[in-house]
Amino acid sequence: MSLELRQVAKSVDGQTHIHPTDLTLTAGTMNVLLGPTSSGKTSLMRLMAGLDVPNSGQVFWNGEDVTGLRVQDRGVAMVYQQFINYPSMTVYDNIASPMRLLGKTASEIDAAVRKAADLMQLSPMLDRKPLELSGGQQQRCALARALVKDAGLVLLDEPLANLDYKLREELRAEIPNIFQEAGSIFVYATTEPEEALLLGGNVATLWEGRVTQFGPTPSVYRKPVDATTARVFSDPPMNFLDIRKSGDRLLFGDGQAAPATGALSALADGTYRAGFRPNHLELAKHVADAMEFTATLAVTEITGSETFVHLDHHGQRWVGLIHGVRDLTLGADLPVYLDPAHVYVFAESGALVAPAAYAEAA
Amino acid sequence: MTDTAQAPGAASLPGRATEAPAVARRKLPIKGSVVVMTLYLVFLLLPIYWLLNMSLKTNTEILNSFTLWPRDLTFANYATILTDPAWYSGYINSLIYVSINVVITLVVALPAAYAFSRYHFMGDKHLFFWLLTNRMAPPAVFALPFFQLYSSVNLFDTHIAVALAHCLFNVPLAVWILEGFMRGVPKEIDETAYIDGYSFPRFFVKIFMPLIASGIGVAAFFAFMFSWVELLLSRTLTSVDAKPIAATMTRTVGAAGIDWGVLAAAGVLTIVPGALVIYFVRNYIAKGFALGRV
Repeated sequence: MSLELRQVAKSVDGQTHIHPTDLTLTAGTMNVLLGPTSSGKTSLMRLMAGLDVPNSGQVFWNGEDVTGLRVQDRGVAMVYQQFINYPSMTVYDNIASPMRLLGKTASEIDAAVRKAADLMQLSPMLDRKPLELSGGQQQRCALARALVKDAGLVLLDEPLANLDYKLREELRAEIPNIFQEAGSIFVYATTEPEEALLLGGNVATLWEGRVTQFGPTPSVYRKPVDATTARVFSDPPMNFLDIRKSGDRLLFGDGQAAPATGALSALADGTYRAGFRPNHLELAKHVADAMEFTATLAVTEITGSETFVHLDHHGQRWVGLIHGVRDLTLGADLPVYLDPAHVYVFAESGALVAPAAYAEAA
Repeated sequence: MTDTAQAPGAASLPGRATEAPAVARRKLPIKGSVVVMTLYLVFLLLPIYWLLNMSLKTNTEILNSFTLWPRDLTFANYATILTDPAWYSGYINSLIYVSINVVITLVVALPAAYAFSRYHFMGDKHLFFWLLTNRMAPPAVFALPFFQLYSSVNLFDTHIAVALAHCLFNVPLAVWILEGFMRGVPKEIDETAYIDGYSFPRFFVKIFMPLIASGIGVAAFFAFMFSWVELLLSRTLTSVDAKPIAATMTRTVGAAGIDWGVLAAAGVLTIVPGALVIYFVRNYIAKGFALGRV
């Protein structure tokens, strides 16, 4: 089983939703579409499902061109962010409906529905109507319906986004296990980098209708091909600093300088964009060759055991994720430290020049 | 919702005014709101009561005395209507063309409303508004063209003629009502059904129509009511075979003068079907008046 998009593009009313995209998904894989809102995740998914027809390019399923094929004939299953069930049917009939349409026998249907309901912990609610269930149960009903269909391609469009935190954690842990056995191609859209990392598999990062990178999730996280991918795959977003390498010095801002240490010392002279993740910004000097910056503290957010510090570094907004609860004065200048091993170096065009040393090691 | 919320407040205003002086309250135990409501109901129900009252009296009593209730109770008027074919065929004719009209209206309006709620096409908004303007023209305008047209194609004095003529008014209204209800159903349900493998007709009947059942009921109600009470077109387009009850009622002046009691009984029987239909859709009627856009 394989799904291949070849130069698939979609625009609506002159607005480009998806730039020409090539993507090949293989059987038994979890593929995460990661990108911010309106980056094209849902558009891309609808093209895969056949709900929309691309303006150009082709979609291949098992090597067969299925570009214009009706969605009914595609053998796909899809779960939406909204809890979509058939309100007039019971949960049982909801789950059974795709199988009934496939012409399965009653005993086959019954066995499959009960198995799926068991997996999704819906067994006691089979006789109820979907709208009498809680949000999490409604979404599990939708997931069960996608599961019983045994489709080759299962599309999950932010299935957990409208659920409360606890249920999300629970379902997120279950989903990869449940679907792994099925051996289908899974596509899972999400806005959250953390979710992509937890789900594993492959990730395609999307930005303004373009797939910026596609590959195994950990390697995309550690070695983003460009600054855009790095920004998408980092939450809070990656911090950037425009630097100029000159000899053994790094020049930035209006005249500040820092010694080029670690991996940075190997760079050729020129201008670059340095990027580093918020959790790598530190308030204390932990390593000897750490670079020191002075930034103004704009906002702090305390999330129980961690503190988000929003800093203003010569006009650039940085976010730091600091362990522990800190009592900091707003508006004060704060020395912050950065291990050069945690710095990604991008060219001015955005392409990755050197990944961070820690990522190479991992 | 806002109407019901305002009503008790508005009604309590006079009540509060009488409460203010304690002495006045003792002298006036009847609340202002009760008085207002009673007067309102009396004026609203008086004509209906009087109709019922008349239908149970003899012509002599109606013409010669003023009585608040029938002194000489009789069901002869009703018996006349239910046994005389000239009378009851009017009801049958009306029911036939009203039923045909409701069926045609729904069959035509359901797909049209679905198209308006789900697809964008050139001029869709203008077309949608133009539909409603059809209702703004008085039926009298269409009496002449319909009469001439139906006469020339031999449809004159048939049930289908009246049913089709009423569709001109009912289809646009039904499209408006149904479109509002359909818009409330997320498009994702349609897509999920297609993904599950439902063909469009099957999806529409099995999944979509149950979701907008109340809308269909309300649209059918409005089509029924218009067609049931409309007099001008139905009278113009029929003579004998499809003569509606409303026409029978307005043409009943015999040699012996007007038969008041029978006319009143006919009036009561004409109200009954409408009242029954209203009873069945009472819970959805407010949403229907808002054209589903609540």
